[in-house]
Parts: sequence; C-alpha cells; structure tokens
Amino acid sequence: MLSEKYQDEIQAILTKYPQSRSAVLPLMYLAQEAYGFMSKEAIRDVADVLELDPTEVLSLAGFYTLYYEEPVGKYVLEICTDLPCALRGAEDFTEMACQKLGIKVGETTEDGMFTVKTVMCLAACDKAPMLQANLKYEENLDEEKFDALISRLRQEAAEDQASYYGVEAYKRSLKQEQK
Amino acid sequence: MTHILLRHRDIENIHSYDIYAANGGYDGLKKTLSEHSPAEIKDIVRKSNIRGRGGAGFPAGIKWGFIPDSPGPKYVVVNCDESEAGTFKDRELIEYNPHQVIEGALICAYAIGAQACYIYFRGEFMHTAETFEEAIREAYANNVLGENILDSEFSCDFYTHYGAGAYICGEETALLESMEGYLGQPRIRPPFPAIEGLYAKPTVVNNVETLANVPPVIINGADWYLTMGTEKSPGPKIVCLSGHVNNPGNYEVPMGTTYRDLVFDPQYGGGIQGDKSFKALLPSGGSAPIIVDSALDAPLTFEGLEQYDSLLGSASLIVMDDTVDMVWAAYKLVHFFNHESCGKCTPCREGCFWLESVYRRLLDGRGRESDIKLLESISNQMKGETLCALGEFATSPVLSTIKHFPEEYRNKIQENTSKNGHGQIPVEETVQASR
Repeated sequence: MLSEKYQDEIQAILTKYPQSRSAVLPLMYLAQEAYGFMSKEAIRDVADVLELDPTEVLSLAGFYTLYYEEPVGKYVLEICTDLPCALRGAEDFTEMACQKLGIKVGETTEDGMFTVKTVMCLAACDKAPMLQANLKYEENLDEEKFDALISRLRQEAAEDQASYYGVEAYKRSLKQEQK
Repeated sequence: MTHILLRHRDIENIHSYDIYAANGGYDGLKKTLSEHSPAEIKDIVRKSNIRGRGGAGFPAGIKWGFIPDSPGPKYVVVNCDESEAGTFKDRELIEYNPHQVIEGALICAYAIGAQACYIYFRGEFMHTAETFEEAIREAYANNVLGENILDSEFSCDFYTHYGAGAYICGEETALLESMEGYLGQPRIRPPFPAIEGLYAKPTVVNNVETLANVPPVIINGADWYLTMGTEKSPGPKIVCLSGHVNNPGNYEVPMGTTYRDLVFDPQYGGGIQGDKSFKALLPSGGSAPIIVDSALDAPLTFEGLEQYDSLLGSASLIVMDDTVDMVWAAYKLVHFFNHESCGKCTPCREGCFWLESVYRRLLDGRGRESDIKLLESISNQMKGETLCALGEFATSPVLSTIKHFPEEYRNKIQENTSKNGHGQIPVEETVQASR
C-alpha cells in the first residue's frame, strides 16, 4: 500500500499545497516507483489517498508521458528525436542503439533491463544526440559513449544501485523539506 | 561581455548562496524591502519594459499590474516547463544561476502581495533541478525565504512542483490546471490568471528568464535596462542555437543583434557545419514560421521579423543547412504538435492529426497533386480558431515551408504521382466561418 510505504513522503507532498488534488502527479511518481508502472493497483492507491475516482487518475496517466501504462525495463532510455536532435544525427543514433540492444523503439530487452522510447524535445538540443536514462541526462553521445553508458548502467543494476524510475531526486527533496 | 543573466559564466559556483550573495546577490531584494513600496516596484518594472521571455513578449510590469489590490491569497508561479523544440535556456538558468530566479520571483511576490511562489518544472527536469532545490534550502537558511524575510514584514514560501511530460503545460492556464492536479488543458479566458489563476486566486505566471531580469533592474534602475536593446525590446536575451551551426549553445546577447551575426559570427554560431551552406532557420523552435537568407539581417527583437511574417518567440534558433529536406523538417514539427496537442479543442486536435497524416503520405511516396492545397486548407481552418496558440503554431511550419520551398513539395509529389498515379482528388476551398 502506497499510504504505508510512503507515509512520510505523502505527508510532505500534501503540506505543499492548499488543495490536496495538486498532490496527484507527485503521488503518481511514487506509485510508479512502487509498482514499476501505472498498474491498476498503482492507480487505485493514488486514488485512495486523495479520495479521487480511479478513472480520474487513469486519465492523468494516459495524458502525461512520464507515466508508463505498461511494464518497462529497469532503465527507460528516452531518446530525443525532435527536429534539432534529428539534424544532429539522433535518428541514426536511435537505430544504432536499438540494434545494439536487440529491440525496437518501445520495446524492452529480454532481461528486463532497458526500454527504449523516442520522445519530444528534452531541452538539450545543443548536446545532441542525447537521451535521458531514468530522467538523468546523457549528452553528446556516439556509439562508443552509448556502449560505455550501457555497461555502466548494467554495472549499477548488478550492484543494486540502479536509480529506478528516476524519482530519488524528488524523494530527497521531500526529506530535506521536512527537516 | 559581462553576463547579466548567465552570470555563472563569469563567476564560478554562483549557484551557491554564499557566492551569489558575495557578488551582489539578493541586493535587489534588500533594496526592494528597505526602499520601495510594492507600487514603486511595479512602477520600476513597468518602466523598464521587461517583456516576457517565454515567447509571447507580454510586458511583465503590465502583467503584475493586473493583480487586484484586494486582500487574500495570491501566487507567483514560475514557468519552467521549457519544452519548445530547440529551447534550452531556462534549464541553464535553473541549473547554474538558480538564486537569481528565486530573487526575481520574490521581488514579484512582494510587488503583488503574494505569500507563496511555486515553480513548475517539467517532469524531465527532476534530476537536473536538484541545484535549484538546494538553492531554495539555502535561501530559507539565510532568511531570504520564509517568515519575515531579511527582518522585514514580508513573508513568502517557495515550493517546487513537477509536471510529467506535456508541452502544453507551458501555456500558462494549462500549467495552472496541471498544478491543480488536472489534465494540462488550457482554460477559456477570461478570467485571466491575474484575476482567477492558481486555486482561483490572483496569480502571476512568468517565465524563468523573465524573472531573472528583475533583480538587476531593481539594482540598476529602469533607465539602465532601457540602454540595452531597442526601444520596444529592451534588455538582454538568451538565444538558444541548435541544428547545423558550428557552435550550438546558449548565448546572451543584447536585443537587436542580427540573426546573421548569431548564425555566422565566430563568437556565436560560427557558421554552418562542414562545407555546407545556410538554407533556413526556425526563429522560435517549432512555433514560428521559418525564415530564409533574405531575413537574416533583421534584428533579434520582438518586432524584428514582422515584415518577414515571423516572430522572435523564445529566440531558439534551429539552423538548417542546404541538405535538409524541408518537407521532412515540416513533418517533424507537425508530428511534434500532433503528439502534444491536448485534445481539448477540435480544430487543433483534428487539424494536427490530418496535417500529420498528409505529411506521412508525402514522405511515404503516396503524395497527391492536391496535397499542397489540402495542407493549406487544413491550416487555414486551424489558424485563429483554436483555444490556445498550439494549434496556430502547428500551422506555421506548414505554411511557411510551402511559401518558401514550394518546389520541394512539388518535386516530392511528382516523384510520387509518376509512380502510382494518385492526385485526382479535389480539395474544397476553405470555408471561413462568418463572425
């Protein structure tokens, strides 16, 4: 249950806003971390905490791209292929990355480690090709740097230090606000 | 040149409170609280004519002036949803010079009588905003945030909020909807946010870069600010250069610098990569009409591109060399807008969908002779008919590439029709609704 696992975080989030409904997107990030994606249980837990109808939470999950409606790998690699990045080789880069991982865009590697998505502008156009690995910037990439990134992330995961779903930074900020 | 906004390029580690404070940081806030009434601050900002740096160019002082004097909660919301293709200036400010943004927001809060500021980051900034989160903690620890700021009567809190991936949330009313926990869809105006904004309370929504302009204006005065740039577009501007230039990146320049200098001057873009030549540029990411060589001597100002039917917008220049297929470039942008259309109003939702469909067939080799006319027809049914500017933006790459590069469309269609013989489907003239 979200309300038990993240009791402190939920409290910290709720104190930020005069109306509790504003907490829904932050709580969805926590739920996504807890369940791996926006599963039925994740949706229901968020709805329960805020006393919302689950369909309302579901519609938010569908609208906002950072909530995953299907299971994803430990690392979601979001490659920007918008025009500025595409002018600097992002489409070839994406193809190369997919080939290396043996998957197509939108798919997850068999070992459940990596999901590749192509996304809209990530505000790093001067450092293309680039991607975000669980929301962390990896910029000025080429084949060699991509290989190094993949081994680094595998290493992290093997040591159980993977930064899953990218919300640790958010949770850190909540802890510090509570002090 | 000494930077006014990108100060971290002159002063190392200015993201930390101590270094910011040692270099005149929070002097603008101190001066505000000790020497000026809220009305005087609004007056200085109005006189300085700081125009909104998010793209619309609306004068900040006038926006602040719309806030009623009535008692009760009011809010300052900092717009850091930066999602326009080709735009990455706010990200640099929040990563490297966060205190200047906090200070600007606080001065705004004092001027309008707000007790709380929120900053809306796009969700993708969750990690990169950590320096900003740290800056907020430092600001509280040093009594520039919280109760009785710098021992004055003024108290103000500062909260961060993260979106979750939606370009439309950069539109101020969609941003407010999103902050309240709803789908990021624009509101029907009026009422404007100044009257009914966040939680239906009076709210100023300002872009990150706009607010970063405020502290130096308070310190140096409106007249100082007016010495930079042009009469209608004063001050410095951060320009984002991307695409086929030698030196992509952010550049802080005085308003009025020419587009040609920005692309070719070695201190800025440094010309086109390799042995290619310049073909065209998008002056405001995906959202303003494309310009070609004949417009490059125009000054970078809010009015500079008017005669070339384009706009300054967010000043994010996407530069393209002579190898770029303009039909493909327009498709990429239309795909972006179709993906990002929020779906609330019909002309945008349907229009973006059909524009992308037509581009797909043009690029797939199934184009028809009537497709140029069809693209124009769809665009004309969207322009001016949508709830917010997104629908309008989606038409600008379409109409401007057809205008400047019609032969590229015709060649593509000819290749297609010679292969498969499509092209006989008539397109009805656009019917404009009478008003």
